[in-house]
Amino acid sequence: MKAWQKPGFWLPLVIVLVWGGVVLLIHQDTMRETAFVLLMAVGLASSLNILLGYTGYVSFGHIVFFGLGGYTGFYLLSEQGWPLFAAAIGGGLLSAFIAGLVGLAVLRLRGAYFALATIGINEAARAFVSNFGPYGGATGMFVNFSAYEKYGGPGPALWTTFTFLWITTLVVLLVSYLVKHSRFGLGLLAIREDEDAAMVMGVKAPKSKTITYVISAFFPGVIGTLYFFKNGNIEPGDAFQLHMSIEMLVMVMLGGMGTVMGPLVGAVGYQWLRGYLLTSPIFKDLHLAVAGAMLLVIILFVPAGIVGWVRNHVRRLQKVLE
Amino acid sequence: MILQVHDVTKRFGGLQALSDVTFDLHTGEILGLIGPNGAGKTTLFNVINGVYAPEHGRVSFRGEDITGLPSYDVARLGLARTHQVVRPLHELTVRENVMVGACYGREKHSLKEAKRLADGSLDKVDLLDRADQPSGSLNVSQKKRLELARALAARPYLLLLDEVLAGLNPSEIASMMDTVRAIREDGISILMIEHVMQAIMSISDRILVLDYGTLIATGLPEEVANNPQVIEAYLGDPKMTAQLLAE
Repeated sequence: MKAWQKPGFWLPLVIVLVWGGVVLLIHQDTMRETAFVLLMAVGLASSLNILLGYTGYVSFGHIVFFGLGGYTGFYLLSEQGWPLFAAAIGGGLLSAFIAGLVGLAVLRLRGAYFALATIGINEAARAFVSNFGPYGGATGMFVNFSAYEKYGGPGPALWTTFTFLWITTLVVLLVSYLVKHSRFGLGLLAIREDEDAAMVMGVKAPKSKTITYVISAFFPGVIGTLYFFKNGNIEPGDAFQLHMSIEMLVMVMLGGMGTVMGPLVGAVGYQWLRGYLLTSPIFKDLHLAVAGAMLLVIILFVPAGIVGWVRNHVRRLQKVLE
Repeated sequence: MILQVHDVTKRFGGLQALSDVTFDLHTGEILGLIGPNGAGKTTLFNVINGVYAPEHGRVSFRGEDITGLPSYDVARLGLARTHQVVRPLHELTVRENVMVGACYGREKHSLKEAKRLADGSLDKVDLLDRADQPSGSLNVSQKKRLELARALAARPYLLLLDEVLAGLNPSEIASMMDTVRAIREDGISILMIEHVMQAIMSISDRILVLDYGTLIATGLPEEVANNPQVIEAYLGDPKMTAQLLAE
């Protein structure tokens, strides 16, 4: 059976397609902002899942690719006058390139050592950007207003940005599905289960892991460009926030790592909870503590996440929830 | 000659795991490898299939020097193995486990073709009815057969079997022996480590004996069983040897 004949292939795509379509039709600013935050979370969590869920490598500093790609895209767009689409792709390619270089070195490490190295990379990137003149150093950059004019002023430009983010999220989900259900993806799952045994069976683990790291770094770079263009400014403190890395992990774990649907469910669920906590008078300063506690509870009691749990308990849904 | 191991030496810190091991494996042969625990048998497998690089010496496979090649390159040349301690890919189904072997083995199949081949090898080891179960749910004997199916799906020229009989009951041993013979009939050469003496003596064309990392004897099963050095190092009891030969 071909991919497009399977419900598991269509379900996440149709959800995001309809969701974004409805937002565009209703055309209401607050609704767009909410959807932007949620779709961004889905895109970031799904990108991380391609590495974390399929190869089992825990990247604690994945936000570095959002920051570096965002910075680069922002620079191309605002300082060099590139169109948004090209700048976002440029940001993604830079993230992918850095991941390729870094991956060759740090993907030799396993388990906790790899996770620690990824945190180090995030901190190193923050320190570098804070001192990098063209990127505005510690104060960052503000968007050049002429960049908005290409899209008919700041208002319409935000809608264009939203449309690009919507398409990017669809592409991430599509890539996530295609990777999982390919020969390449089977090799990744083998690495996740037992890397040495996989190599004995002929899986070229170093190469496969690096390619996966590159794929999972590309999309955060694209999303970063779109996000910071929407914000209108970028600074090191916003671009490399370690707690966002951890939130990405929580979203993947909550929804179910290694599934295509999981990051979608986890991102929406977590962001909904976060929104609730941030507006509640008791919890507003504690939302990260709740995220940490949630991660602990998931790992201890529902390691498969929501989607994984449902798949394991309701056999009929296995074909629908990939 | 499908495999030539020449003067292979492997050390772990101060421990000399293998010293100057030299032997040949003929095409189509079943070569048995025996020796006491800790003699270096599994280490020898790991050196042959590229998990470890030897300190010195040479391993050639089908005329090609494979010394120091990473294990995935060795696998792609057509050398498959099973593990003494089974290593199923737990979260994957039995069929997916075998598909990894088929996809990444010698012939590099597409997923669709791999699925067909996987079912073929599962049938050979009598696991086809478990194909859709997660491999973590199998019992020991089934996991051993899964390892074998995975190795077979790679369509290797040479198969390294590391104690496929360990932990099996007598009837399971008999059926595994039939499977191993059938594999050889398909033209696959076999090097096997085994502790079940009756089995290895009856199935092997020749036997190698390893003790403290050194090959102390090579020859036909009955020659090896009568070799005083082997009896001292491994078999231990001359009466038991006589009994073995009688069977």
